[in-house]
Amino acid sequence: MAVSLDEQLIQELALRREQRWSLYDHPNLIRAGSVMIFLILWEFYGRRVDPLLLTYPTAVAWAAVQLIWSGELIRQLLVSLGSLAAGFGASLLLGVGLGVAMGRSRLAEAILDPHVNALYATPQVALIPLLMMWFGLGFGVKVVVIFLFVFFPILINTVSGVKNVSASMVEVGRAYLASERQILFKVVFPAAVPFIMAGVRLAVGRGLVGMIVAELFTAITGLGAMLTLYGNLFETARMFVVIIVLGLLGIGLIQATQMLERRMARWKETERAVN
Amino acid sequence: MLEVRHLSKVFFEQNDSRKPGLVALYDICLTVRKKEFVCLLGPSGCGKTTLIRIVAGLLPADRGEVLVNGNPVTSPGRDRCMVFQQFGLLPWRTVLGNVEFGLEIEGVPREERRDISRKYLELVGLNGFEDYYPHQISGGMQQRVGIARALSKKPDILLMDEPFGAVDAQTREQLQEELLKIWAKTDTTVIFVTHSIDESIYLSDRVVVMHSRPGRIKEEVLVDLPRPRWEGDVKADPRFARLRTDIRESLRG
Repeated sequence: MAVSLDEQLIQELALRREQRWSLYDHPNLIRAGSVMIFLILWEFYGRRVDPLLLTYPTAVAWAAVQLIWSGELIRQLLVSLGSLAAGFGASLLLGVGLGVAMGRSRLAEAILDPHVNALYATPQVALIPLLMMWFGLGFGVKVVVIFLFVFFPILINTVSGVKNVSASMVEVGRAYLASERQILFKVVFPAAVPFIMAGVRLAVGRGLVGMIVAELFTAITGLGAMLTLYGNLFETARMFVVIIVLGLLGIGLIQATQMLERRMARWKETERAVN
Repeated sequence: MLEVRHLSKVFFEQNDSRKPGLVALYDICLTVRKKEFVCLLGPSGCGKTTLIRIVAGLLPADRGEVLVNGNPVTSPGRDRCMVFQQFGLLPWRTVLGNVEFGLEIEGVPREERRDISRKYLELVGLNGFEDYYPHQISGGMQQRVGIARALSKKPDILLMDEPFGAVDAQTREQLQEELLKIWAKTDTTVIFVTHSIDESIYLSDRVVVMHSRPGRIKEEVLVDLPRPRWEGDVKADPRFARLRTDIRESLRG
């Protein structure tokens, strides 16, 4: 391949950037070091404290091995993830569906608006005791709680996304003879996707909170139930295992959504970078 | 071919729809022949965009009617295609995807509409840019995409609403010349909205001069300059200068 004019000129000008190894160029190394030092300090301090109150990294690691070996951790994780997926999926379907309706139709908005606002303004945690009376203590109630936690960011972002679709864009659809349905699927929906995805990203974090809160209340299955159980037994190391798993779960899910968001809304991001 | 009969349009107040506001168009009569290139020229607010939008079927008229080939216009139709001032491209679609849009709506099969779209992209000089997104190309190129999209539907009438208003002066001249070359190859009637006197003379067979408040047609000026106009320097022609003076007078008076 030919050398570009820019490269030629840079060579001619004998410009070169100094390349020396520097710790500043490797922030990941610094991060790893920081975590290592934290774990070592925790290990030393943790061993001196009453094991009922605090534990230490090697004990947590050992507890993790035990919980994984017995299959308990995986089983409860799958139960939790199952209810999360069900609640999230239902929210996504209903949130986007109703959101598009409310964004496109003033009638639909006027009908649904008061209910949505009232329910959104109420702290959703306050509804859990009531929901437990209605849906019991099993899988169902967890799905409903997660649904409620996740529903609003998706709905509200979808509504504002759909409303943000410029009238001129819709007019292009009309000028090219698109039916109402085609305008919805080929103009309005794709234009609103970046907003919807931002709502989904917010919803993921709330979904995890909803999942744990519901499981702490019902305390029968799932990671939340494990927390309650080992809390009551003063098995601090095992509680830490669950907490760390939840942390990792949060990181993983949010990363995955961000990846999805970048893929689906790529045009928006590059458009922003240009302007 | 295209007939506008005693057309009037009133815009009502935003916050009180019973109170009439602006008379955007008052008693407009206009006939455009097949294969004619007509420019609607006037200051901002003279209703030229409103007129072209009514002809496009995007806006209803309050009085009068628009006939295309004898049929009254009530909605957008496949005999008319619009090129928009701000290009009207869909930012999530590639250049090719944008040109395909009209054909896709019509239900043309994928392979076929790809081929047609490629052909029109070549016509507007954009081959090789199929996979770019609108924001990655210049304004002039974006409007070429808009023109290719409109032409791909083979409209009888091409409606252009200040299509070159948002591009720089050099690009604008280049696009004007290319539009004339493309138009010469097709049987399309063009209605072109502009507020540039030179642009209207250079492009059209007839300049329709409009006035504002109320929006109405002041005068129609026949442009008797020879075609093709991209050969030689038409703008240096004394007839061009005279037309420019006449039209400027007409806009003032």
